[in-house]
Amino acid sequence: MLEVFGLGCSRGERVLFRGVSFKLEARGLLHVAGANGSGKTSLLRILCGLGAADAGEVRWRGEPIRALRESYWRELVYMGHANALKDDLSATENLLLACALAGRAATPAAAAPALDAFGLAACAHLPVRALSQGQKRRATLARLALSMQAPLWILDEPLAALDVAAVRYLEDVLLAYADGGGSVIFTTHQDAAIGSRVPQRVDLDAAAC
Amino acid sequence: MLGTAGVMRSVIARDLTLAWRRKADVFVAVLFFVIVASLFPLGIGPEPQLLRAIGPGVVWVAALLASMLALSRLFAADYADGTLEQMLLAATPLSIIVIAKVIAHWIAANIPLVLIGPLLGLQFGLPGDALAVLALALALGTPSLSLIGAIGAALTLGLRGGGVLLALLVLPLYAPVLILGSLAVEATAAGLAAQPYLLLLAAMSLAALSLAPWAIAAALRISHE
Repeated sequence: MLEVFGLGCSRGERVLFRGVSFKLEARGLLHVAGANGSGKTSLLRILCGLGAADAGEVRWRGEPIRALRESYWRELVYMGHANALKDDLSATENLLLACALAGRAATPAAAAPALDAFGLAACAHLPVRALSQGQKRRATLARLALSMQAPLWILDEPLAALDVAAVRYLEDVLLAYADGGGSVIFTTHQDAAIGSRVPQRVDLDAAAC
Repeated sequence: MLGTAGVMRSVIARDLTLAWRRKADVFVAVLFFVIVASLFPLGIGPEPQLLRAIGPGVVWVAALLASMLALSRLFAADYADGTLEQMLLAATPLSIIVIAKVIAHWIAANIPLVLIGPLLGLQFGLPGDALAVLALALALGTPSLSLIGAIGAALTLGLRGGGVLLALLVLPLYAPVLILGSLAVEATAAGLAAQPYLLLLAAMSLAALSLAPWAIAAALRISHE
């Protein structure tokens, strides 16, 4: 599915990583590990085609993602550090817009169970401004429940700011998604095992120079 | 699957909802327009002849400045909260999403200027038909201001002191619209035909609509690398 050959990235003079290569098959989980500032976010941005790599190539189903563009992005769900929520819109409105950008038509009736699953039923109509940090993260993650058919998820620190129950629920979602044929790339500083599965691992500290 | 038109509709509806929930931002730009245009009669004094001569130009300059004031908001909030990243990775080509955003921005920030422009023209003693042409010229000219300005807003995204740089980049490019727009009003006031100027304004807006979205999309991608 996703093949990465010899990726290298630097910020100014400083080389973040070099020679990162891996293959991710369908049903695969991949944990990107590394200390703060080791380039985890930069790697994920390169993998989705937002950032440019100094060296190497990323291929999706055998084609370079630079050439695929929209047809790659249609199959990809990316969640960055920022929550991509509008403070003045409700969780439901935010979720519907995220689905529209991903090219999927969604109705408030379809959004309600997704928000409900992430424990936001009571505040789905409130402006996101009024939610706590953890609730905002949940509102962002609710998008995953509507993206089960997208074959690749790239998640940057999905567990940040979540409580224990939400972490466990998200792990269940990731497992169900991977068992259903999806592939996940994620970063986290927490324990990397997802339920019973130990994900494939890319260590950026080892790839640093 | 959601078609291109559906995505455009969602983005326009979202941006208009956001503008409606933050009415103060729109109001500030409109108030700025009114105040700038009103300072000239106060400074120059009550000479009807002179006021009538400078009126079209002053209203247009004030409209350019007010239109530019709103530009820095066009992408900044989406950039800060990560929504812009999602737009870059959307299933729909970025240039389409950009067109939708600029349309919403034009409706929220420039239609008020089109409506209030003739009122401001009144205080310069412009005759009735010139006021109608002023509104029409603003309606035909401001879309190109939004489109050209959006290129500048995308290029200065995330820069420190981007606001001043935006003004330096964009204002010189506004000159043709300013010249044609005020000429249209002056021609009407002098009893000549305004049609050629209005057609040129419309042509410029159409040309901007066909070319600017690609430039804006490219500038947004650069700002994210």
